[in-house]
Amino acid sequence: MNRALIIHRAGPQVTVQDKGRAGLLGQGLSQGGAADPVALAEGAALLRQPADYAALEMAGMGGSFEVAMETRIALTGAPMQASIDGQALAWNASHLLPAGARLEIGAAMRGNYGYLHLGGGIATKPVLGARATHLAAGIGQALRQGDCLPLDDDPRTEVGMTLDPEPRFTGGTVRITRSMQTQLFAPDMLERFQTTTFARDARGNRMGARLEFDGDPFAASGQLSILSEVIVPGDIQMTGDGTPFVLLPECQTTGGYPRIGTVIPADLPRVVQAGQGVTLRFEVIDLSDAVEAQRRFVAALDKLPATIRPLLRDPTQMQDLLSYQLISGVISGHEAEEQGN
Amino acid sequence: MTQTDTLTPDFPRISPVGIAGLLVSFADSLSEPANRAALAFRAAIEADTLDGIEEVSTSLTSTFLRFDPLHLDHASLTAHVKNLLKAQDWTRAALPEGRRHFRIPCVFGTDLAPQFDEAAKAAGLSAQAAIDSLTAARPRVLTIGFAPGQPYTGQLPKEWDIPRQTALTPRVPEGALVVAIRQLIIFSAPTQTGWRHIGQTAFRCFRPESDEPFALRPGDEISLWAIDAEALENIRTTDKSGQGGAEIEVIR
Repeated sequence: MNRALIIHRAGPQVTVQDKGRAGLLGQGLSQGGAADPVALAEGAALLRQPADYAALEMAGMGGSFEVAMETRIALTGAPMQASIDGQALAWNASHLLPAGARLEIGAAMRGNYGYLHLGGGIATKPVLGARATHLAAGIGQALRQGDCLPLDDDPRTEVGMTLDPEPRFTGGTVRITRSMQTQLFAPDMLERFQTTTFARDARGNRMGARLEFDGDPFAASGQLSILSEVIVPGDIQMTGDGTPFVLLPECQTTGGYPRIGTVIPADLPRVVQAGQGVTLRFEVIDLSDAVEAQRRFVAALDKLPATIRPLLRDPTQMQDLLSYQLISGVISGHEAEEQGN
Repeated sequence: MTQTDTLTPDFPRISPVGIAGLLVSFADSLSEPANRAALAFRAAIEADTLDGIEEVSTSLTSTFLRFDPLHLDHASLTAHVKNLLKAQDWTRAALPEGRRHFRIPCVFGTDLAPQFDEAAKAAGLSAQAAIDSLTAARPRVLTIGFAPGQPYTGQLPKEWDIPRQTALTPRVPEGALVVAIRQLIIFSAPTQTGWRHIGQTAFRCFRPESDEPFALRPGDEISLWAIDAEALENIRTTDKSGQGGAEIEVIR
């Protein structure tokens, strides 16, 4: 029997995601890939496999899954209620999913996008160099009951590891840089933008997140005659009615609405994972500070494999595990050996 | 396209896009020379071998460079780009090689394209005059963008300088012909838009299953010929290639 993941039930938007397809902007195809790249990296670290392996992204709601052969799994991103044959599982951790057992993943308790990673990675046929579903471009589609995904061989056996997730589920201040159109917004408008409190509209998707706020609309001068211009993920586009949209991995590659600024990659997961009741503020920073923040962000992701440690399986601690206050102070005993990068 | 204004002294203009992008703009309104410059400058950057540049693309009047800011700093890249800009008059560069002309059948108006009458009125044309004007035009693909393989073509005659709507139409289907600001787009996927939906084609701009997933390239030209809904349906059932009944010839 081949290694495979069987989908018995799936939430409305469960998709295969990896790092996406870079390099096709000139053909009109945005990179796509995991909405929360940090979660993708965390899962790869927990399973000690390459960061470009494909995983399942679950928007708001998980599903019911089974594997044909015993498979290592890891759960990252927005914490969701998870269990194997009724036994609760810690989030931000790796586990062994026995053949035929039922993995149930429920609704997100915080944040928006949860991830199920599989040992060996999902081995669907790449399209244009990647496995990522790009819903906006019609590459792949959301998974449904009865779907079955092939998995690659997994040379490793280690499970029961955990890590402290990068904090990104509670909103807060999001750093932005000026865009080529920031100067179209009057200085006091840009100032008001930075003192306004925003909430992510629950209808957000992989293309973009609409931000709700109290106050007058934000408008640029000459807004309706701006030429369509290149878009990068993180751009904050001001639509005709003066509401900001933060553009995400499946955004269009060009657009004619003015951009007030661009969220730095290190802070974009905060926007992606801003769930209900969470508020966001924006702060304009200098480009040089943004590049420095990127340096630290990349270094932190590179270091993730060195931060994983055994998950203590003490039943008296299970309640704490379920509320995601993971045990602190555990000595791993065998510190990660090869993560020198 | 007849506009041949020289570029203003503010251009070319270099601006950052996010932390890993640099935009070289040749104009802030569409002109044929600025589009030509953007395409030629893209080709020059692609032929260049500066370490750290990861991707080059164009929009209507600009060239975009994506780079790794941890390995190539903004100041060095900007200096390099400025030097390259000085090398020639990019607005007079040749158009890309291997350009093609696509003749695409299209249903104008009807319930398939419900904003045709409104757009014709905004252009100050009767329905018939609008169809005559649109089928006589032979706009060039100025850029591919927004969605995979999706062409922005232009420029149409001046009467078609109609603004986008302030409110978005929630969903316009694949193959839709839409108009605004003297440009025509054929949508490559269903999308919400501020452009007006004036025609419907069976042309698929993006064919992910094909060896050539992106049908059109900047520099190609399109023209439209009017068909009725029945003919369109006929094309849809008989032509599975994605070509939508289009005829293609190489421009020499």
